[in-house]
Amino acid sequence: MPDAKAKIALELNGEPVEVAFAPHKTLLEVLREDLALTGTKHGCELGECGTCAVLVDGRPVLSCLVLGLACAGHRVKTVEGMAEGGRLHPLQDAFAELGAAQCGYCTPAFLLAAEALLAANRRPTRDEIKQALAGNLCRCTGYIKIYEAVELAAARMRGERAVPSEESLYGRR
Amino acid sequence: MAGARDSLRVVGKALRKVDATAKVVGATKFADDVALPRMLYAKLLRSPHPHARILRIDTSRAVALAGVKAVLTGKDLPIPFGILPVSQDEHALALDKVRFVGDPVAAVAAGSEETATAALELIDVTYEALRPVTDAADAVAHPEPRIHDYGDGGNLHKLIDLEFGDVAEGFAEADLVREDLLFFEGSTHLPMEQHAAVADWSPPPDGKLTLWSSTQTPHYVHRALAKVLELSPAKIRVIATPNGGGFGGKSDPFSHEIVVAKLAMLTGRPVKITLTREEVFYCHRGRHPTLMWVKTGVKKDGAITAMHFKSLLDGGGYGSYGVASTYYTGALQTVTYHVPRYKFQGARAFTNKPPCGPKRGHGTPQPRFALEVHIDKIAEQLGMDPAELRLKHLVPPNSLTANWLRIGSMGLGPCIHKVVEGSGWKEKFRKLPPGKGIGLACSSYITGAGLAIYWNPMPHSGVQLKCDRGGGVTVFCGSTEIGQGSDSILAMIVAEVLGVDPFDIAIVTGDTDLTPVDLGSYSSRVTLMTGNAAIQAAERARDIIASHAARKLALPAERLAFAERRVFDVENPARGLTFAEAVQLAEAAEGTVGTVGSYTPPPSPGRYRGAGVGPSPAYSYSACVAEVDVDPATGIVRVPRIFIAHDVGRSINAATVMGQIEGSVYMGLGEALMEEMAYRGNRNVVHKIPSLLEYKSPTTLEMCDVVTYVVEDPDPNGPFGAKECGQGPLLPVPPAVANAVYDAVGVRIDEVPITPEKVFKALRRKAKGEAARYGPTAFPDIVWPEPTRVPPPWEGGDGKAAEGSGGRAKTVKVPV
Repeated sequence: MPDAKAKIALELNGEPVEVAFAPHKTLLEVLREDLALTGTKHGCELGECGTCAVLVDGRPVLSCLVLGLACAGHRVKTVEGMAEGGRLHPLQDAFAELGAAQCGYCTPAFLLAAEALLAANRRPTRDEIKQALAGNLCRCTGYIKIYEAVELAAARMRGERAVPSEESLYGRR
Repeated sequence: MAGARDSLRVVGKALRKVDATAKVVGATKFADDVALPRMLYAKLLRSPHPHARILRIDTSRAVALAGVKAVLTGKDLPIPFGILPVSQDEHALALDKVRFVGDPVAAVAAGSEETATAALELIDVTYEALRPVTDAADAVAHPEPRIHDYGDGGNLHKLIDLEFGDVAEGFAEADLVREDLLFFEGSTHLPMEQHAAVADWSPPPDGKLTLWSSTQTPHYVHRALAKVLELSPAKIRVIATPNGGGFGGKSDPFSHEIVVAKLAMLTGRPVKITLTREEVFYCHRGRHPTLMWVKTGVKKDGAITAMHFKSLLDGGGYGSYGVASTYYTGALQTVTYHVPRYKFQGARAFTNKPPCGPKRGHGTPQPRFALEVHIDKIAEQLGMDPAELRLKHLVPPNSLTANWLRIGSMGLGPCIHKVVEGSGWKEKFRKLPPGKGIGLACSSYITGAGLAIYWNPMPHSGVQLKCDRGGGVTVFCGSTEIGQGSDSILAMIVAEVLGVDPFDIAIVTGDTDLTPVDLGSYSSRVTLMTGNAAIQAAERARDIIASHAARKLALPAERLAFAERRVFDVENPARGLTFAEAVQLAEAAEGTVGTVGSYTPPPSPGRYRGAGVGPSPAYSYSACVAEVDVDPATGIVRVPRIFIAHDVGRSINAATVMGQIEGSVYMGLGEALMEEMAYRGNRNVVHKIPSLLEYKSPTTLEMCDVVTYVVEDPDPNGPFGAKECGQGPLLPVPPAVANAVYDAVGVRIDEVPITPEKVFKALRRKAKGEAARYGPTAFPDIVWPEPTRVPPPWEGGDGKAAEGSGGRAKTVKVPV
């Protein structure tokens, strides 16, 4: 017999939302199955790969390890909430510009982890970026374009008129 | 055709991919994102035994469980399938035998995943355990019990023996003959997206099946579904959803795809399956563990006089691409340095493990590792700089190799110069302090296979193109976007030819109902083959449009240029029409403006049995220098930086090329240092580590810095000169790291991954005065078939085997 549904209220991507779901469900399942927000992906559902990361109260969490019920009253942000007013978030824009999203499957989680990093540190070093993203696996990019995109977005978010380097787009001459 | 470089407006630029926005906002619909009303969920029951007979399956308790809609076993899907015509040895669900832990045995469709999972527990299977074959050497030693009742005898699936010239004569002429044994451990693709598929059935009189699947090869899935389900291909539509990473792991038709299709037909409801991460390890089709023996004769200046190469592949439980993989372990040794006489012997064993297949570089990273480490050792024995040795003996462009491969453009020399200069090689090689090392290796890879999996005279790739009267263009192509940027390549090429913006172009790909056949995203074929097909379709459209624009402008059509969304007089650019106006003129005169283009690779000069693997329209080249830090106390190897130069012919999208090269270096680094498909050493042959945590892959903390050089030496066979870049740059990384470890601490690690344990053991042996090496010590005795003797081109051959040579191995029986 399916469990009776539980209903919670939370703030989702800046808006109040009520959602009813089977109480054993993880936040990942609630987002994808009950809220149709399929931008949040999954790679293992065991907390190993970071692919399902979303922000809860501004901090990256693995949505496959968090019960939906535990999010009652909290602020949840998914990739669908990053672009505002029909404009890409600077991180999204930089990822697209540099090709930091290849297959795109790990991308939503990387974007959110990077957003949390930049909220705490406006000028992260390359090592700080590596540390902040060490829990997210990507099999396509070798991470290089992801670092460069985070650095580019960070510069733009600080108000600098940053452009990608020639070397990052065309290689060393 | 393609204009001069300076005149290119789109090709060669670093542009956003056409699907980049969808990917960064989370809008891309992957297979598991497909949800249909009334959808059921399927789960597979998998074998707990590596090798066993199925005596009885009782599904009655599962069928009786509330919420279960259908249960399938092997007898419901008795027709075999497989990617290669010679290896139709798989069943969607095991018929009478299981061949590895994880082999699918039964399937359930239910209203929820939880119910389907619960139902699996209620299926009773009685097995009779058989002796499992644990690895390739075990397969050679134990021909019985056989895993399959076909192949080249016992548990050997395939035996190959090819001889191009007299190698004994070549060894006799040599100043130095060296033999080495090396081993390349198996690894898996590990795409971040688990395989998923959704099937929908429209009942008769439609009788139409639709399958959405994360597949790299919708065309081959289409064929397999038609065969196993006994449906007309006209009644099947396969839609390849964008793949969340493929790397070769989604190139076979899979059990789960056939099962959801059958379940949808039985239940009349849509059925979805999403594999768990553990199941993805069982699908596998990854890198074959490969034992290699190589013997090379060289003159004092490093010129090769002859090479003899043997490989033994651990194939796992089914054929998959394995016959091709086996040939690939012997095919490309000849395309980098001149080899005048060459002999190759390859064997693939069936073992009771998940099947191996094509992983990035398909069968060539293993021999490339062996060859490049071997050459490093030869250079040392000759007292030559390994970069100089290679540079002195490069295969010339526009030449034939001993095994009859036609080389076109060949940019390896410039690649070596780039990494040697960039890394400061000459100041560092054999001169760094202990524990620090530098190593060099090179490689080459095909830009698509010259022959299709199913030999036929039809094109390998097709494109349809439609011009809208509003100025938009739609391109239809069967190619599959797996993250490599193939949709964007189509848009950029068509935009270049028609003078529109790539973002004016709608791309429809990977849908067997809507798009002409493209064989799939494998063997680095897509840019070259779809690119050439797209150029042909776009040029035909341009010709139609130009003829009507020319009439309107009262100019000869040859004077018209297409650029900036305009069609105009090259001598007076102000005089012209908008692209949309020109399309409208053409449409008014001729009706809908639509064209097609297609591409077939040039015929290969090799005409011997086995010549089908290796030929390619163009070969890419790479050179790599790796820097390493080795801690002698722990054996831990760190790679701070890799220099890579890749001859891509010409970049279509420069940013995508960079991403492919960096991603290849990353995956090569993982294979060099840590990635391995490992099994428990006992008789159970259970996968040790079917999880993303335990299967070690590089995180941001292990990934090295990469300095990339893009070498552009346009190849006449490539679209605008383009060659591949998605696989080749992986190949030189493992041998460059191994050679660098030797430079750092003086021990040879003749197998990958180069784990701390292996380095530590080799250092201990060195300290004791034993051989300063870790690696395999013997190659099993194999009874090879009579060799196929093919005289190389310079011995007056015509690409055919010598009369009477080439005995086939005994007991070849291919199941129907």
